[in-house]
Amino acid sequence: MSAFAASTALSASVRRDVPAVEVDHLTKVFRRRDPKAGRFARRRMPALQDVTFTMKRGECVAILGQNGSGKSTLVRLLSTLLLEDGGNARIFGHDVFREARTIRRLVNRVSVEASFFKKMSADENLSYAARFYGMPPKVTRVAVPEILAKVGFPPDRRGESMQNLSRGMQQKVALARALLTSPVLLLLDEPTTGLDPRSKLEVQDFIREVRRTHDATILLCTHDMAEAEALADRVGLLDRGELLFLEPVADVKQRYGVQTLEEAFFAATGRAFEEEHDEDDEYREVFG
Amino acid sequence: MTAVGATLRSELIGLGGIVERNVYLTKRYFLWDVAFMIWTIANTLTIVFIARSVHLTAAAENTLATRLLVGAVIWAFLGIIFEFMTETVAWERWEGTIEYTFMAPISRVMHLGGQGAYAVLYGLIRATILFFAVVLFIGIHIPHANFGAAFALLAIASLSFIGVGMMTSVLPLISPEKGAQLGFVAQGLMLVVSGVYYPVSVMPHWMQLISKLSPATYALRGDRASIVNGTGLAWADVWPLLIIAAFATPVGLAIFHRGEQHAKKHGKLKRSG
Repeated sequence: MSAFAASTALSASVRRDVPAVEVDHLTKVFRRRDPKAGRFARRRMPALQDVTFTMKRGECVAILGQNGSGKSTLVRLLSTLLLEDGGNARIFGHDVFREARTIRRLVNRVSVEASFFKKMSADENLSYAARFYGMPPKVTRVAVPEILAKVGFPPDRRGESMQNLSRGMQQKVALARALLTSPVLLLLDEPTTGLDPRSKLEVQDFIREVRRTHDATILLCTHDMAEAEALADRVGLLDRGELLFLEPVADVKQRYGVQTLEEAFFAATGRAFEEEHDEDDEYREVFG
Repeated sequence: MTAVGATLRSELIGLGGIVERNVYLTKRYFLWDVAFMIWTIANTLTIVFIARSVHLTAAAENTLATRLLVGAVIWAFLGIIFEFMTETVAWERWEGTIEYTFMAPISRVMHLGGQGAYAVLYGLIRATILFFAVVLFIGIHIPHANFGAAFALLAIASLSFIGVGMMTSVLPLISPEKGAQLGFVAQGLMLVVSGVYYPVSVMPHWMQLISKLSPATYALRGDRASIVNGTGLAWADVWPLLIIAAFATPVGLAIFHRGEQHAKKHGKLKRSG
C-alpha cells in the first residue's frame, strides 16, 4: 500500500459532519523563574489567552505572529505535546487532550527545526518514524522512495547522513516524513524559515500540491506575511497570546482600511511587525 | 483482522521501529562502540587483576578472578540497560526528535519496551564479548561453567532491570539538565547494595535488607553460581526476579506517565541543543 492509498483510507475514517479544527477559549500559561522577585519565585506568563477559532475540512489557515506570540504553543497543544490550562480543542470531533492517541493518528507536523537523527539517512529516518504509525517494512520500502521523489529529493542522496544535507533538503525530508503518515491535519510551524529563496518556493509549491492532491487541512504558522497571503484561505494574527483576527486577507485589509498585512498588523497592535520585544522572549515560552 | 488485533499489530510494528532505529544508530556509531568496548575491557581487567595480587592458591585465585569478572560483566550489562533507558528521553531531546516521537501514536509501553528490548540484545552481545575477552586475556579456567543457565538468568533479570530503568528514564523528562546523571546514581546505588564484587554478607545489616529488593543481587548470585560451580537455574533466584519485574514494570510505566504529564504541563517536552 502506498502512502497515498493510506491517506485515502485514513481520511475516509474521519467524521465529515464536524469542523476539522475547533479551538474553544484555549489558554496556556507557563510559569517561569523570576529572579527579580526572589530565588524561588515564579511568574505566570500567558502563552495563549482565550483563543477561539474553527477550521473547515480542506481549508488552509495561516496564523501570523512575531517570535514569542504563541504560534508554536498553539501547534504544540494541537500536537498533544502540551496540556491546556483552560478551554478546549477538538480535531475532527475528537478531544485533543482526552483522546490523544486518536488525535496522533490524524495529525502530523513540520517544524522550523530539521529534527532528525543527524547521523542517520533520510531513508532510515523516515522508515523508523513510519513504524510508529504502524507502517511495516514492506509498505515503507515502496512509500519512502515514492514520497521523497514527490518532494523533489534526489534518489541518489537517500542513503546519505542528514547532517550532510542542506537546510532546504532537510526540510523537504521533514515534509516527506509528515506526509508519509497521511495526516488529515497538517501543522506547519515556520516550515520555510531559514531556507534560501529557491528552497522556500519549492516548499511552498509542494504545500500547494498537497492541498490539491491530499484531503488535508493545513494550519500554517509563520511570520512571513507574503507566504501566508499566498497559501492560506484565511489569515489570523496572534499577538502576545491573543488571536486578534482570523479572516480572508481581503477582509482584513478592508477592516483596517490598509493595503498590506504589515499595515494591518500595525493598525491592530500599534507596533511594526519587525519590532521584536526582548522582554517577551525572556518571559514567554519561546520555542525553537 | 479485529480492531484489537490491528492495534496490537500496529503497536508491535512501532516496537520494531524503536529497535530498528537503534540498529541504525549502532551501525552509524560503530567506531564509538569499538572504542567503548576497548575501554570497558581495560576497566574490567583492572578489577580482575586484583585477584592476582592476593596471595591465594591457584584454584582460589581463579575462583576470585571469576567472581570479580562476573561482577564487572553484570555491572557493564546493567550500565548499558540503564544508559539506554535513562537516555531514552535525553538522546531524543539532543537530536531534536523528541516531539515527533511523543506525538506519534505508539503507546509508551511499546516505546519503552522497544528501547529495553534493544538494550538487552545489545547488552548481551557486549557482555559476552567482554566476558570472553577477559577470560582469554587473564587465562581464567571455567571448566564447569553453565552458560545456558547464566544467560537465562540474565534474560529473566533483564525484565526487572527494564522495569527499574523505566523509573529512571523519567528523570530526564522532569529535569532536562540533571536527569540523566541521576539515572547513573540509581544504577551505582543498585550495584553497591547487590554485592557487585563482594558477598552481600560483608555489608552492614541495613544494606543487606535493601539488597533483597535489588534484582542485581539475584542476578549476581545466580550467575556466579552458574559460572563458577556450573549450577543450573535456581528457583530461589528466579522467583524474586519475576516478582520484582511484575512490580517494577507497571510502576515504572506509571511513573513515566506522571512524568510525561508533568512535562506536558510545564512545556518540558521539547528539544535542546
